[in-house]
Amino acid sequence: MNILIVRIAVIALAGALSITAASAQDRSLAAPAPDGLRKGGTLHEDLSAPPIAGDPRDVQREVRNYPEQPPVIPHVIRDYQVDRRFNKCLDCHSREAAPDAGAPMVSVTHFMDRDNQVRADVTPGRYFCTQCHVPQTDADELVENDFLPVDEVIRRMREDSE
Amino acid sequence: MKAWLKRYWDLLRKPSVHFSLGFLTLGGFIAGIIFWGGFNTAMEVTNTEQFCIGCHEMESNVYQELQGTIHWSNRSGVRATCSDCHVPHGWTHKIARKMEASKEVWGWIFGSINTEEKFEAKRLELAQREWHRLKANDSLECRNCHEFDSMDLAVQDERAARAHSTSLADGDKTCIDCHKGIAHEMPDMAGAAMN
Repeated sequence: MNILIVRIAVIALAGALSITAASAQDRSLAAPAPDGLRKGGTLHEDLSAPPIAGDPRDVQREVRNYPEQPPVIPHVIRDYQVDRRFNKCLDCHSREAAPDAGAPMVSVTHFMDRDNQVRADVTPGRYFCTQCHVPQTDADELVENDFLPVDEVIRRMREDSE
Repeated sequence: MKAWLKRYWDLLRKPSVHFSLGFLTLGGFIAGIIFWGGFNTAMEVTNTEQFCIGCHEMESNVYQELQGTIHWSNRSGVRATCSDCHVPHGWTHKIARKMEASKEVWGWIFGSINTEEKFEAKRLELAQREWHRLKANDSLECRNCHEFDSMDLAVQDERAARAHSTSLADGDKTCIDCHKGIAHEMPDMAGAAMN
C-alpha cells in the first residue's frame, strides 16, 4: 500500500516538474528578438526569408557614388570560384586577360602590397573580390539610410552657400 | 592444338543432331534478347548517380562540389548528373568510355584518391584529362543539351554573345575552352596551362 502511494507521488511530482520545465522553456523560447537585417520574431516562429534579389542582367556599369567606392559588379557571379586554388574573376579582369575579354582590369591598387610596392600580380590582401565588390541588384535597402552620392552633397552645399 | 581447333570447327559446321531448327532459331533469338538486354541494363546501372557515388571518392569530393552549381539546381528544374557530362550518349563512344573506366576501377581498388589530400594532389591531372577529352570530342556532352543552333545570341550577355558568335561559331573554340570549373571546383592553376 505504502509503495503504491510513493509511486503515485513520484509520478505526480515528475509530471508537475516536467510541466513547469516545459512552461519555463516556452517562455524563454518565446522571447522576441529585435528586428535586425531580418525580422526578429521568436525562436519558435518560422519566418519566411525575404525573396532573393534579382540577378543583374543586361545592366550597364554603374557610376560610383564616391571616388573610392569599390565598383559594383554588373553581371551574375553565381558559382564563381574565388579561393586558394583559383580566382574566376581574374579569368577576365586580370591584367593579361582584360583587353581580350573587354573587361576592366583590376585597378593597380590591387597590385600594391602593404608598403605600397606594386607587385607582379594581385596581392593576397586584395585577392578576395567579393570582400568589397558585390553584384548590383534591384534589392531594397536592408536598413533605411539617407546616404547621398558625393556629387549630390556638393550640389546641396553649393545651393546652401548661395 | 590444330587438331583440337579443327574438332571444334567441325562441330560448329555440323548440323544440329538433337535440337530442332525452331528451337535453335527461337531459342537463339530469346537468349539474344536476354543477354543483350541484360548487358545494356547492367551498363545503364553503371551510368546512374547512385552507382557513381557508391565510392566515397566520388561521393565526398566531386559530388559535393556539383551540388549548388547551376547544373545541379536551377529555376527550370533540369539537372545534369555525373553520366550526362562524363559519359558519351552514343553507344559506340559509351562502350569506349566504359572500357577506359576500368582504369578508374583500378584506382578505386588501390585507393589512388581515397583521401582528400590524395584527391587534391591529383585534381589538376584529373581535370586536365576531362578537359582534353571534351576538347577532343568538340564538347560533345555539353552539346547534348546546349545546341549552338538553338542559342538565341540576342538574349545573351554582350560578352557571351560576342564569344559565341565568333570563336564558337567558327569552330575555333569549343565549350570547354572557356567553360571550365562550372560543375566542379578548379584545380590550382599556378604554373599549369589553361589549355
